[in-house]
Amino acid sequence: MTSVSAMEPGRGQKWLAAILVAAYALLTLLPLIWILSTGFKSPADSIAYPPKLIFEPTLEGYVNLFTTQTRQTEEYLASHPPGNWYERLVHDKGMVIAGPSRFGERFLNSVIIGFGSTFLSVFLGTLAAYAFSRYRVPLKDDLLFFILSTRMMPPIAVAIPIFLMFRAVGLSDTHAGMILLYTAVNLSLAVWLLKGFIDEIPLEYEEAALIDGYTRLQAFIKVVLPQATTGIASTAIFCLIFAWNEYAFAVLLTSGSAQTAPPFIPTIIGVGGQDWPAVAAGATLFLVPVMVFTILLRRHLLRGITFGAVRK
Amino acid sequence: MSKTKIVDAAAYATPLPLRHRIRGLSDRTIAWIFVAPTLILLLAINIFPLIWTIRLSFTNYRANRPNADVKFIGLRNYERILTDSDIWQTMQATAHFLCWTLFLQVVIGFALAWLINRKFKGNDLWTTIIVLPMMLSPAVVGNFWTFLYQPQIGLFNYLISFLTGVDPSSFTMIGEVRLAPWAIVIVDTWMWTPFVMLICLAGLRSIPDYIYEAAECDRASKWRQFWTITVPMVLPFLMLAVLFRGIENFKMFDLVTLLTGGGPGSTTELTSINLKREAFEKWRTGYASAYAVILFVTIFGLASIYVKALNRVKDR
Repeated sequence: MTSVSAMEPGRGQKWLAAILVAAYALLTLLPLIWILSTGFKSPADSIAYPPKLIFEPTLEGYVNLFTTQTRQTEEYLASHPPGNWYERLVHDKGMVIAGPSRFGERFLNSVIIGFGSTFLSVFLGTLAAYAFSRYRVPLKDDLLFFILSTRMMPPIAVAIPIFLMFRAVGLSDTHAGMILLYTAVNLSLAVWLLKGFIDEIPLEYEEAALIDGYTRLQAFIKVVLPQATTGIASTAIFCLIFAWNEYAFAVLLTSGSAQTAPPFIPTIIGVGGQDWPAVAAGATLFLVPVMVFTILLRRHLLRGITFGAVRK
Repeated sequence: MSKTKIVDAAAYATPLPLRHRIRGLSDRTIAWIFVAPTLILLLAINIFPLIWTIRLSFTNYRANRPNADVKFIGLRNYERILTDSDIWQTMQATAHFLCWTLFLQVVIGFALAWLINRKFKGNDLWTTIIVLPMMLSPAVVGNFWTFLYQPQIGLFNYLISFLTGVDPSSFTMIGEVRLAPWAIVIVDTWMWTPFVMLICLAGLRSIPDYIYEAAECDRASKWRQFWTITVPMVLPFLMLAVLFRGIENFKMFDLVTLLTGGGPGSTTELTSINLKREAFEKWRTGYASAYAVILFVTIFGLASIYVKALNRVKDR
């Protein structure tokens, strides 16, 4: 045997593997590239055959996404010249902008509910995780398993009584209701992940702090929390992504004021069917933040998706 | 652990008022204060609804008629569900979806992980790209796939016709009874293969090199090394991935609703979609509750059996 370890594959093998993986990655990326590019196509280009790879980019999709428009007569259009670039874009189609669409609102709802529930679940999750990690809680394993098992329920199955419950207490279609609901769903993930992260912080730090005269609470706040920042941050991002992407509860429990973007984007309708450039524009704005977070998270990704069961 | 005990022992030896002054709240109090909010919220939003579902499942309640009187009808709902042939059809659709997605994701995911483990240059970049779909909103992505699946103009049909020469307008992935079950399998595989891949990769990386080196000394062939070292060592990881994907896909709702809505007919009507129809379109709340209970018991039961098997493999 040479100095190369038995595991080290040869150069040819590496090349072949690289080519196959790259090919699969590009294939995976294709639908995402298509979303991105369709957002900048004109409606005619978006439904051209054969599908167009090279096209003249336009912001029509984005304008359609954010506005509602009405068709107007020639005389009206002639007497109301467009004031800026997006009004001109609409004007050229023989329409005028009637007002903003609901997309902005829906997006804002997603932000409010996403961040609200993330904050709550990480806050509660950190406390519970610390207790489970450091104290002798009676029935610890059972409680931890119970917390995990709440994830096994199909959302539709719990949606029936939650729908009735929210209706009874006036929480249906409110931000507060959705924040509470998503917090409850995310708590299992938050507790399990954070417990893993806190378990990894050596006990010695806290003991040193206790000997220095800190109380347990002070030690938790001043010693454990700073040590757990990375873990807390990545847990927060996982919770945020879940709340951001959630569809089933959102579509069943919200309709007007608290509806998030995922149930809204598929309902964007243009003249005669779905307005694909506008849908793609909405999808792009909605998906890109998650892609950025995924790239930031890549070191903790595995841990997050397996509830901390697999740590690299 | 033993060091905490020393601290604890010291604390308990201290007289109570002094101990409180030194250490603030007692450990037990802190533990309960920290755990209680989580448990209360989960009880209120998970367990209470579950109990309510079970109670409703014995009634003929309809949520769209809150003032009609509710009758307890015993096990009638359960009886009707288990003898309903439509429900068995949705179970079959779910089984088809579940088996094929798991099969494809395991095969492709493992193969990719195995290739990435060759440690070629740039493998991190490609891994990150491959992982992207699984973090995205299934609803938004599923909706966009209906565009890719359009018969004449869709990218998917175009690529298939480019590769095979079939007329791109001659087939509709989500409109034909024959093809729709595969349309949803393809999108789910696209989205979730990276999940299996990541877990397999962790498994492969956990195998220490010296095992292969020892096998090499014993002149075991690469083929033999693969089947006697790689596969058994990755198996617990792979089984964990299958558990997660299995539970998720049994509950599958968002992606498939937006892709096919359960159609054409009811060829892709998975159990969750069927359940949503009963509960929120036909408003048969009692009946749907019984359905939900059956689903939950099925998932929970299958998962428990599976976890037992998983632990046995791990211990081996």
